Amino acid sequence: MREINYFDKPKNIRKLKILFYSSLALVVLMDLFFQRHVRFSWDRIPGIYALYGFVSCVLIIFFSKALGILIKRSEDYYD
Amino acid sequence: MINWVPPAVIFIVGGLFTPLFKGRVRKAYLMIVPFVAFINLLLMSEGTNWVVNFLGYELIFGKVDKLSMVFGYIFVIMGFSGILYALNVENIGEHMAAFFYIGSALGVVFSGDYFSLFVFWEIMAFASVLLIWYRKRKASLSAGFRYILVHIVGGLCLLGGIILHFVSTGSIEFGSIAEKTLASYLILIGFLLNAAVPPLSAWLPDAYPESTYSGGVFLSAFTTKTAVYVLLRAFVGWELLIYLGTIMTLYGIVYAILENDMRRILAYSIINQVGFMVVGAGIGTQMAINGAAAHAFTHILYKGLLWMSAGSVLYMTGKSKCTDLGGLYRTMPLTLIFCMVGALSISAFPLFSGFVSKSMTIEAAVEEHLTFIWILLMVASAGVFLHAGIKFPYFVFFAKDSGIRVRDPPVNMLLAMGFVSFLCIFLGVYPKPLYNILPYPVDYAPYTADHIIETLQLLLFSALAFFIFLGYLKRTETITLDTDWFYRTGAKAFLWFVNYPLSTFSARIGEIFFKTLPSALGKIGRNPVAVVQILIDEIYLTFLKAVHHFSRTFLRREWIEVKRRLAKERKVYPREVVRRSPIGTAVLLITLFLFIYLLDLVVI
Repeated sequence: MREINYFDKPKNIRKLKILFYSSLALVVLMDLFFQRHVRFSWDRIPGIYALYGFVSCVLIIFFSKALGILIKRSEDYYD
Repeated sequence: MINWVPPAVIFIVGGLFTPLFKGRVRKAYLMIVPFVAFINLLLMSEGTNWVVNFLGYELIFGKVDKLSMVFGYIFVIMGFSGILYALNVENIGEHMAAFFYIGSALGVVFSGDYFSLFVFWEIMAFASVLLIWYRKRKASLSAGFRYILVHIVGGLCLLGGIILHFVSTGSIEFGSIAEKTLASYLILIGFLLNAAVPPLSAWLPDAYPESTYSGGVFLSAFTTKTAVYVLLRAFVGWELLIYLGTIMTLYGIVYAILENDMRRILAYSIINQVGFMVVGAGIGTQMAINGAAAHAFTHILYKGLLWMSAGSVLYMTGKSKCTDLGGLYRTMPLTLIFCMVGALSISAFPLFSGFVSKSMTIEAAVEEHLTFIWILLMVASAGVFLHAGIKFPYFVFFAKDSGIRVRDPPVNMLLAMGFVSFLCIFLGVYPKPLYNILPYPVDYAPYTADHIIETLQLLLFSALAFFIFLGYLKRTETITLDTDWFYRTGAKAFLWFVNYPLSTFSARIGEIFFKTLPSALGKIGRNPVAVVQILIDEIYLTFLKAVHHFSRTFLRREWIEVKRRLAKERKVYPREVVRRSPIGTAVLLITLFLFIYLLDLVVI
């Protein structure tokens, strides 16, 4: 069977990381070049949605983690 | 002269004829039926058709307008894709169940009265449960039973509402509901249960992941989306739906984050996505209704695609837990690509279908100045990418090397995934065909610089959060409690009560009344006086015991004495230890009874 090993090579992972981080920088920088149509007062802050996405996900992860302590059970709980 | 039939008929009759064919002919036949249904759709004209008189009431099987056509199109397209995907299923029952399921869902969409709606609603529940049972595992069997019981309860709520509605208005026509009566709320509960709105949602992540590998593809598409359709038809503008929908979007994410089973992750993400549509129905403006309908359309495609890729992994590996999977990209590259198209579409990435539909609902919230709801929906949008967009593909195809080496699935499954992937990208790039069939004229352009930048920032930084906190997201071999806990453990408690106290008693009823009691009475009858004596001594002994508890010495001798006497009395029964004058006791008893009798007379 043919196997693909692209993601097993550290060299490729490093390439992908650089691509990822530069795209992060790029989308934030784009805010400086485009005049945003303002719906809410915070729309003027450059990179606000980047911060928003990041903070939302951190909150979701930690809230889920905390809730998990209460409601996670072993797989045979109902047997 | 009408030259088309209700689409439900094509699939239901088509399903009935399936057993006549075998082998290749059957496969060809299975593919032709949805094709016929699609041509039939193109012939359908707006208006109220196929009105059948039944016991003096008008049953409407062909209520056609733009809203029902949107759902008609997507149901037939998804039916086609699902059937193609399931083509190599040997079990003919599963094909028939899928046909009945698709047919009844289409029946609900085109029915104009409550009676036929209710009948199709119930066929849908019973056809879909077969797709779970045909997996033939013990877990599937019990999950299926829970599924069908919950849906029967929901169906009864709906029926109760329909009857109350009929009694008060005298009409069975299905349309917009404005008045907030008990009837309306019962109907609403029936609909909300099928839309999987918490806390009436646990049936979905309980049952869908237990379905057959191809059954999940059908299940993910029809039940919840018919519920969205009826909400859009009847409960447009009910404010309650805005809040319930918002809760759904967040609830789905939190649970999906905690899950280990890939198909349970996808099940929770259905709840999350349907939340956006329920919000749209609740806002109720033209923009919101368009948004909800468009989102239902694109959602059916990309969620079907995700279930197909998960189904392929399950079909090839036999496993569905993230902890058992990982590193599958090495040998399943095509499945990975299709999965990524679905993942990017559900995350509403630019150029993928979710981007052109989800934003309409969110934009409608902005237009109605629902800022707080908008903020929460944006959190949910970021969270979608987190769980369905990255987590699901990452843990299945990358993460660690599980050592599993399996090929991509058979060609028909790849074709089905390829077809749906094409539609996802096509609509993402060129949304005009979708916008043209929406209920209201669309004045919305998804591809503005603002919208693209905003979305890319939101999503890419969600991805950053995922990789930074990857350690916290590692899967554990656990399940997560949901509201089904109440009926699952509740049922256990009830069964315990029935099994032990209740049935032990009932099993011994004969013994108690025909053996134990008569023999006890007979025993007492042999020397009632001695029995009374034993009873008195027994009470006296209990008293002495209590005294002994407080003081070791006080009345100690008496205690030992009574204990010895009681043992002897029991031993020699029915004779007596000390032959007392029975007359004294008898007189005492008679006086006592006469006194009670007298009291009785006085009181009366």
